[in-house]
Amino acid sequence: MASYLVKRLLLMLLTLFGMSVLIFVMLRLVPGNIADIVFEAAGMIDDADKAQIEAELGLDQPIIVQYLQWIGGLVQGDLGFSYVSEKPTIEEIGPRIPITAKLALMALIFSIVLGLPLGVISAVRQNTKLDYALRVISLSGLSLPSFWLALLILMFCVQYFGTIPIYTRPPDTLWDELLLYSIPAAAVGFRSSALIMRLTRSSMLEVLRQDYIRTARAMGASNTSVNYYHALKNAVLPVTTIIGIEAAFLIGGLIVTETVFNIPGVARFLVEAILWRDYPIVQNLVMFIALVVVVVNFLVDLLYVVLDPRIKYAD
Amino acid sequence: MTTVDHSAELARAGANVTGWASRTLFLANRYPLGAFGAVIVILFVFAAIFADVITPVDPTSTNPAKSLMAPGGQALMGADFMGRDMYSRVVHGARISLAVGLGSTALGCLIGVIIGLASGYLLGWFDLLVQRVIDIMQALPLLVMALVMAASLGPSLENTIIAISIPLIPNVARVIRSNTLAIRELPYVEAARAQGMSEVRIAVFHVLPNTLAPLIVLATAQLGAAILTEASLSFLGLGIPEPHPSWGRMLSESAAEYVRTAPWLVIFPGLAISLVVFGTNLLGDAVRDLLDPRQRS
Amino acid sequence: MSPMTAQIAEKVEAAPRRRSIGEVVLTVDDLQTVFYTRAGMVRAVDRVSFALKAGETLAIVGESGCGKSITALSLLRLIPDPPGRIVGGKVVLEGTDLLSLSEPAMRKVRGNRVSMIFQEPMTSLNPVLTVGRQISQALMMHQGMSKAAAMERAVEMLRLVKVPEPAQRVKEYPHQLSGGMRQRVMIAMALSCNPRVLIADEPTTALDVTIQAQILDLILELQNQLGTAVILITHDLGVVAETAQRVIVMYAGRKVEEATVEELFARPLHPYTRGLMASIPRLGLMRNQTVETGRLQEIPGMVPPLFDLPAGCAYAPRCALADDRCRAEYPPFEEKRDAHWAACWHAGE
Repeated sequence: MASYLVKRLLLMLLTLFGMSVLIFVMLRLVPGNIADIVFEAAGMIDDADKAQIEAELGLDQPIIVQYLQWIGGLVQGDLGFSYVSEKPTIEEIGPRIPITAKLALMALIFSIVLGLPLGVISAVRQNTKLDYALRVISLSGLSLPSFWLALLILMFCVQYFGTIPIYTRPPDTLWDELLLYSIPAAAVGFRSSALIMRLTRSSMLEVLRQDYIRTARAMGASNTSVNYYHALKNAVLPVTTIIGIEAAFLIGGLIVTETVFNIPGVARFLVEAILWRDYPIVQNLVMFIALVVVVVNFLVDLLYVVLDPRIKYAD
Repeated sequence: MTTVDHSAELARAGANVTGWASRTLFLANRYPLGAFGAVIVILFVFAAIFADVITPVDPTSTNPAKSLMAPGGQALMGADFMGRDMYSRVVHGARISLAVGLGSTALGCLIGVIIGLASGYLLGWFDLLVQRVIDIMQALPLLVMALVMAASLGPSLENTIIAISIPLIPNVARVIRSNTLAIRELPYVEAARAQGMSEVRIAVFHVLPNTLAPLIVLATAQLGAAILTEASLSFLGLGIPEPHPSWGRMLSESAAEYVRTAPWLVIFPGLAISLVVFGTNLLGDAVRDLLDPRQRS
Repeated sequence: MSPMTAQIAEKVEAAPRRRSIGEVVLTVDDLQTVFYTRAGMVRAVDRVSFALKAGETLAIVGESGCGKSITALSLLRLIPDPPGRIVGGKVVLEGTDLLSLSEPAMRKVRGNRVSMIFQEPMTSLNPVLTVGRQISQALMMHQGMSKAAAMERAVEMLRLVKVPEPAQRVKEYPHQLSGGMRQRVMIAMALSCNPRVLIADEPTTALDVTIQAQILDLILELQNQLGTAVILITHDLGVVAETAQRVIVMYAGRKVEEATVEELFARPLHPYTRGLMASIPRLGLMRNQTVETGRLQEIPGMVPPLFDLPAGCAYAPRCALADDRCRAEYPPFEEKRDAHWAACWHAGE
């Protein structure tokens, strides 16, 4: 187990290193940098000024030097400065992380609380009207773009409450915060819950066919006990493996939802930074997202060992 | 991978089904939700092809007199701030949406198949490298990857297709690779090898046709994701540029302000995205049931 | 109880036996189970009747698909509905008709008064629950035991079924045990509440030959100790000869022959039974049937699909003795000899 962990950690580092190269190259595929954009916007075309700015930002150096500077700083905890605000990147990104983290956590909880039991019900009532209804709902959950769902919710609120529940100022109390984030979290989480529901359903159907379920019934277990104890304990295993995919899903959903609800989190910040070609922010944010995904996947693997007694990672 | 033998089941049921028409009817009866999905998709394809014929107004022509006109006799789905006809824009949007969806799925699948086949066939260092690169690419959410790609390539229809196709590659490559690994060990492939068939011929004539079923399943599943990603990209302002009518961008133009004043600008484009993705998802489920009985629901 | 069932019960009492056999605990009367499939209605169990006494072992024999497992599952009302349904008959356990019980009342019967062990020890235990948890579930449910007491009893049960180091084993998961050990765990689980009837559905089929004998011995030993009645479902006539007192032979959902073990092996009446015997190496040689030819015989053809049964005797298409009457008319299930029933127009020919 120990050497497995070491191997996994090394592989994670390798992935993150590869990601740093990939993102660095991708961002520089096309000519055009912040200096161009600023100059274009300001209508100035003074090559000397432009060269000076490029020199200030280090854009005049060879791409490999730029990369090494970035990675060198990253290893030492120095993320560089934002081109746009000229503040340290860490100060720009740092305060936005908790906002997105809270939103993501709420969305995840929402998706599990909704998706897991509905998936079980759908499987247990296979081919009934309820099952069909739940399947159509979950499929529409996967079909609705989260930003449209968010807009629909806004429309609904305008119609019936006369207000738009978008972010205007930082919340004062925990209750305020919960209230403020619950609607966007639901908008994002609905999609994830649909995914969980579908997977839980098919996984439950598979498990319910197994011999040990028949054994449990033959020993006198009630339907509730069979479904939620004997079967679900097995059926959640494949569901946990998609939490990694789920994390990626959520990040995608958060990007658009934060935009709609005007929430100052990291996800929306990424889009702003991309539009501004603020490389230090984009690079570091993408690395951060990759780190989150990789770590979540790692934790899921560990969780799997805890949940499934059959899995023991060989050394 | 085995497929459901419908002919055998038909014979057993005593039905006498010949010809494509009755076959289609049989399948539609068997997978009613899938047939419903297919009808939706076909309708959208129809709208995309005949967009110019079935819309009265050019989707890009502005008309100040019609600015923010509500849906009614003069404009079926209302008009936007610039007085452009929403019905025309939504119908023409199908063209963009399907072009990007189908284009990026096809491109992603093509590259994925080549990489997956090569990786599962050549093995060795190439396979190892491909697997690491796939790992790396899968550490980024589809939308984030597409965002970065789209931003660095710049806004255009072709670039959007490329930007969305790239994050689709790893999934395809992985599935094709594992299938290739399984198939190359099968007795009849061994037999072909024993008869002196070259590896390339084996790859093309034996392995590739057998990976077709999982590929179709995967491609239909990815189509919906690709369409949604295009919508999201355009919504965020990094997708299809003006003057193309893209559903995603129609929503971003109208977003928060028009939620109060002109809900039709929000409802119709979003409905179009949801419907077409819903249709491809229904179709994808049926295709999976049909071609991959192990995952039958 | 129909006259015929009563008659069977009487005759069984008179039959020679190896161990002390008590009162009738279970009577099955005219049991009918059907399945509704795409191809039409299938009579998986068609008017099957028998009686079972305490301490007795009754074997139900037949090829796969003959309805023996469905009969067993019907007794516990574990037929998945849809597509299956029990449409007629009675299953009387010590005076109570199980088919008329409510579902909660039936649950108190399962695993408590009637237990079942299954063919596949590899897949019949829940992979994510410890062995102890699985055994103690039934004890907590049926005997109202506390968790700790049930776990203690689980250790005892494992000791009873001769699992080494039982205190350690209860904490282990099924995948950590061998196939034989898992089947012992299944038996411990099934017997934990001291049931009146134990249904063993091919309990040794999936096991190695050496383990098979051990498991059969264990079941018989425990049966003697606890006085449990056993219904042994098997396709293996060798197993039947070693363990059962009475045998029912089933074909295409119906009983085709019933007799004591001694009688059946000495004078099989139904051609199907004889075919089964001839196709089993040990028995064939024992009966000197195939020595001259030196090869095993197999029954030609296959079990007909249940949704497409012939009008007359279901075995007729495969039977060497079949004539026009066999093909037109189903033979009645009659007592052809003393305590020996068969459904065949040519019984004993």
